Amino acid sequence: MEKQWYTISVYSENHVGLLNRISGIFLKRHINIESLNVSKSEIEGVSKFTIVVFTTEDWTRKIVGQIEKQIEVIKAYYHTDDETIYQESALFKIASHLLFDERQIQNIIKESNAQIVTVNREFFALAKTGRRHEIDEMHDALEPYGIMQFVRSGRITVTKAAMPISEMLQEFQEN
Amino acid sequence: METLKAQKKDSKSQKAIRITGAEAIIHCLLAEGVDLIYGYPGGAIMPVYDELYKFQDKLTHILTRHEQGATHAAQGYARVTGRVGVAMATSGPGATNLVTGIADAQIDSTPMVCITGQVTRSLLGSDAFQETDIVGISTPVTKWNYQITKVEEIPEIMAKAFYIAKSGRPGPVLVDITKNAQFDELDFVYEKCTAVRSYTPVPKPEPSSIEKAAELINSAKKPFIVFGQGVILGEAEAELKALVEKAGIPAAWTILGLSAMDTDHPLNVGMVGMHGNYGPNMLTNECDVLIAIGMRFDDRVTGDLNTYAKQAKIIHFEIDPAEVNKNVKVDVAVLGNAKETLGQILPMLDKKEHKEWKAEFDKMYQIEYDTLINKDIHPTKEGLTMGEVIEQINVASDQKAVIVSDVGQHQMIACRYAKFKQSKSNITSGGLGTMGFGLPAAIGAKMGAMDREVVAIIGDGGYQMTIQELGVIFQHNVPVKIVVLNNDHLGMVRQWQELFFDRRYASTVMTNPDFVKIAEGYHIKSRRVTERGNLQEAVEEMMASEDPYFLEVKVEKEDNVFPMIPSGASVSDIRLK
Repeated sequence: MEKQWYTISVYSENHVGLLNRISGIFLKRHINIESLNVSKSEIEGVSKFTIVVFTTEDWTRKIVGQIEKQIEVIKAYYHTDDETIYQESALFKIASHLLFDERQIQNIIKESNAQIVTVNREFFALAKTGRRHEIDEMHDALEPYGIMQFVRSGRITVTKAAMPISEMLQEFQEN
Repeated sequence: METLKAQKKDSKSQKAIRITGAEAIIHCLLAEGVDLIYGYPGGAIMPVYDELYKFQDKLTHILTRHEQGATHAAQGYARVTGRVGVAMATSGPGATNLVTGIADAQIDSTPMVCITGQVTRSLLGSDAFQETDIVGISTPVTKWNYQITKVEEIPEIMAKAFYIAKSGRPGPVLVDITKNAQFDELDFVYEKCTAVRSYTPVPKPEPSSIEKAAELINSAKKPFIVFGQGVILGEAEAELKALVEKAGIPAAWTILGLSAMDTDHPLNVGMVGMHGNYGPNMLTNECDVLIAIGMRFDDRVTGDLNTYAKQAKIIHFEIDPAEVNKNVKVDVAVLGNAKETLGQILPMLDKKEHKEWKAEFDKMYQIEYDTLINKDIHPTKEGLTMGEVIEQINVASDQKAVIVSDVGQHQMIACRYAKFKQSKSNITSGGLGTMGFGLPAAIGAKMGAMDREVVAIIGDGGYQMTIQELGVIFQHNVPVKIVVLNNDHLGMVRQWQELFFDRRYASTVMTNPDFVKIAEGYHIKSRRVTERGNLQEAVEEMMASEDPYFLEVKVEKEDNVFPMIPSGASVSDIRLK
């Protein structure tokens, strides 16, 4: 079966140790987590894991089954890129003198729609939100001038289809 | 703790009592109906042991000789009773010694709660004496685990532990309790847990899938049932029998499904899998509808997946959604508890007999019987066989004993030839294949079923992995019957070396001690049989004994277990010799 990018969304209780349980499911099957983000979700008290993997649908389905089996997991889904709206964020730290010595940098900032977060005498910081390839392009453009530090976040995703977690929790309360 | 707030509470309010965390743990156990636990004391669990001393009239603690023994005893108890087994240990090495039993319980879906002591909260993460991250270590092999660091958490977490261990597809739960939480006091009130909002123990069966399954079964010409432990765990034995009889379907068992159906039932056609029976394995690849009930298509059952039942439509009755389409792609999945789903499908099934199809199983059984079964259980050669010992036990116990086996050749022979009339009677380490399981598991099984005979069948290798538990049998006079089938080898590994490694017997030859003398050292009645002429009488003497009894049978050193599906081969490539 063909490998492709899948985004796994996990709605869970906020429980210490759950990350360990979930990462163990990938470890056991030698499937690399390409990116991981944990945050609060749209539901109060419910956490959301966003995990990106590059593998087959069959493996993704099995992993989601194992994740969903964990006691604190309310529901897990997987989606292809077409089924989601997704973004990543990156920060670049660059020496300030380059802004004046290398005029091209200003063009890169403008063209990439990056934001200048802070500037001081030593360095300035750029923030860029977008698709992975957009961030990569900006990185490649800036790299020849020297990047002091670079970091990129995990993918964050909302799906085009509904994820009826609230209804599931409501049903539990009523029963 | 969010989940706990959402739990449905019992409406009747209890009066709180002011007690220590250690005493609270005892009250939790008593409230869960626990009257027997296995364990080993040590520094970080001492406050709980102090309370066990005070409550010894209500709660019996059995001191095993190693923490691994405590888990296997708890497993044996759980498997024979269907209740939650409880094991307890201290922090550090005490806790890590539980891990094998926990992993075994996880893969064999055995309900067990393990309680471990932990260093006091302020020392966590400081590499304190006997500190180990048992929650981290046990995470991949527990259904759930939790570290209690505050005394107030004890009642809710303990209630949740028992609920999770027993409900749905059962499994082991570990609760680690720091020493400060044992010493501190709380206002104790206990309410049983009945639900956790993020956990669906039993999926709701879909009527449409049951209808589809019924249609497939009704139109089948060569239907075949393979049932597993899900039938036993779901207490669906009567429903299975009714289904088999009404629809006239030959039924075979996985190693953990054994005893869910009377072994002498005319439609019980034997065992599937690597050392299973010839017919059920061969005909897996000839049936037109394969009905899997409460089993998980383990690789030892399926052999090569690319050639497994490809011609058949497959129906999977299963409680755990993650098992569906995990190894074998199925046509209809019926999710739910087997008792419920089999009960629902039963009225939709046509009454049928599949005489010609059943005759194919009988024909293959005859081939297997003539080629090897008869030689296994009624041998004429000089050396004793494992099979004839099992056959003698069948006769002497009137097929009523609980058979506990260890892991290896003797296990396969025991599971092939032991006869059962009652469910929950075959206790063995199936998924993990844990050598050393047998002796402690037999102790737990006997203590869970004092009215029944419990016979442990163990090889000379596995026996020496947990032999120290003879101390428990001696100290508490647990009337277990221990049969060591001694071939002076690690027999199963030796068999593979013979067949697949050109007889290079690397580290499989054992120079064994005098097992009879060892048993005598523990004041256990014992006997050794080296000749066929003494076997029947020795087995009868053992079965008649009201005390623990040790029987060593010196069997042929280089016998092999057949049939055999070579690792990775197709079920239809099963070898009779």
